[in-house]
Amino acid sequence: MSIFEIFVSAIFVNNVVLAQNLGNCPYLGCSKEKGVALGMGSAVIFVTIMATLCTWLVQKYVLIPAHLEYLQTLAFILIIASLVQFVEMFLKKAIPPLYASLGIFLPLITTNCCVLGVTLLVQREELGLMTALVYALATGAGFLLALLLMAGVRERLETCRVPKALRGTPIALIMAGIMALSFMAFKGMV
Amino acid sequence: MVLSSILMLTMLGFVAAALLAVASRVFAVDEDPRVEAVTGTLPGANCGGCGYAGCEGYAVAVIKDPAIAPNLCVVGGPAVAAAIGELTGQLSTEREPLITHRRCDKNAGDVKPKYDYQGIPTCAAAASLHFGSDTCDFSCLGFGDCVKACTFDALHVENYIVHVNESVCGGCGACTKVCPRSVLQLIPRRSKVAMSCSTKDRLKAVMDVCAVGCIHCGKCVKVCPAKAIAIEDDRVQIDYEKCLACTDCGEACALACPRKILRLRGGAVLAHYDESRAISPALAKKIAEKSA
Repeated sequence: MSIFEIFVSAIFVNNVVLAQNLGNCPYLGCSKEKGVALGMGSAVIFVTIMATLCTWLVQKYVLIPAHLEYLQTLAFILIIASLVQFVEMFLKKAIPPLYASLGIFLPLITTNCCVLGVTLLVQREELGLMTALVYALATGAGFLLALLLMAGVRERLETCRVPKALRGTPIALIMAGIMALSFMAFKGMV
Repeated sequence: MVLSSILMLTMLGFVAAALLAVASRVFAVDEDPRVEAVTGTLPGANCGGCGYAGCEGYAVAVIKDPAIAPNLCVVGGPAVAAAIGELTGQLSTEREPLITHRRCDKNAGDVKPKYDYQGIPTCAAAASLHFGSDTCDFSCLGFGDCVKACTFDALHVENYIVHVNESVCGGCGACTKVCPRSVLQLIPRRSKVAMSCSTKDRLKAVMDVCAVGCIHCGKCVKVCPAKAIAIEDDRVQIDYEKCLACTDCGEACALACPRKILRLRGGAVLAHYDESRAISPALAKKIAEKSA
């Protein structure tokens, strides 16, 4: 697969939320307003790329030489968690405005399975570093897209009369399902 | 095998911990400890009554800029203002505690519905359809947009009109901003009189739809010795700063109001009808002459 194909397929065809069902918690939790969705989405893009870079290097230069590939999940969680902490400190010091807009979302991402999923998938597919980073960027963008679409739908839902039994999370889950179905139309594109 | 994996993870953990420890030193940001202290003293309701984004936003602003008054928190009142003043080294004056007042009494005035509204159950939507579902174009519609906006749980809708629980109202004004008809208004907690109608219509147009609507006769404007009452934007407005500074009127405006709309507040309502209530004879005569 060319890099372009990987890029498109990670956003639309194998959308991390809608096709792979990863990161459902922030998908439902942070999609009530478009502004929040945008903040969360961009934080995920940022962290995914950073995490992919770090874990790829650790996998290649630490885990594989030591024949400890089976420790992947544990090691990656550890790396992502400390990386997010590090990024938070760094942003607070170096780029305060970015910290002000992304700061509250960063701790939420610490154990986000979307980020962990990307790092593990990159290893399973045995992608090269450059391809892996593009894949990470595209996956984050796909997450952002799903979040933004969901936020748009939910902002509309605010002014609709939803049956009492379906208000809140139930209707959100139904919307998520319908959205996943519509994204299935992209299957076969790549 | 087990040993090597344990070793590896421990090592990774140590490396990460060391990195974070170094980073926390290198990237340490000197945060003013007073910000945290101020945030701690604020009520934490994040109501936005001070005009800043939440309690922390105000704390940062008040510490950074000495020009910002330490008494902007309406909810915390004098206690919080004094605490912030102490922390920032600023003089603090007590801020007038405010409260939300509803300028509508449509059920007492027997306002009829104009049509059976079945749309989106919000005041904003109802108000935009043919001036709302009440025959009065300025009434409280009672769909509770303000109830949703309230951070203190001080409002509830009963019989299609909103009720304010004055004991918990923080006076932040969130409800007054969402009310599409400006029925809710912030007034000082200690104010003696309050207007209970928000109509902009006049005379017959008001009398036809409501028994307790303001007809804009202007008697209150004339009798107020402090000149605190005026008709602004077609509504009777009381300048509470002037009103509360003056003490000897004996609530002349409330006595003068022919439709009993300008009322004494709260428990003082009955005193309104008490003949023996202290009012200077000269003023009483003046009022009688004017309203005759």
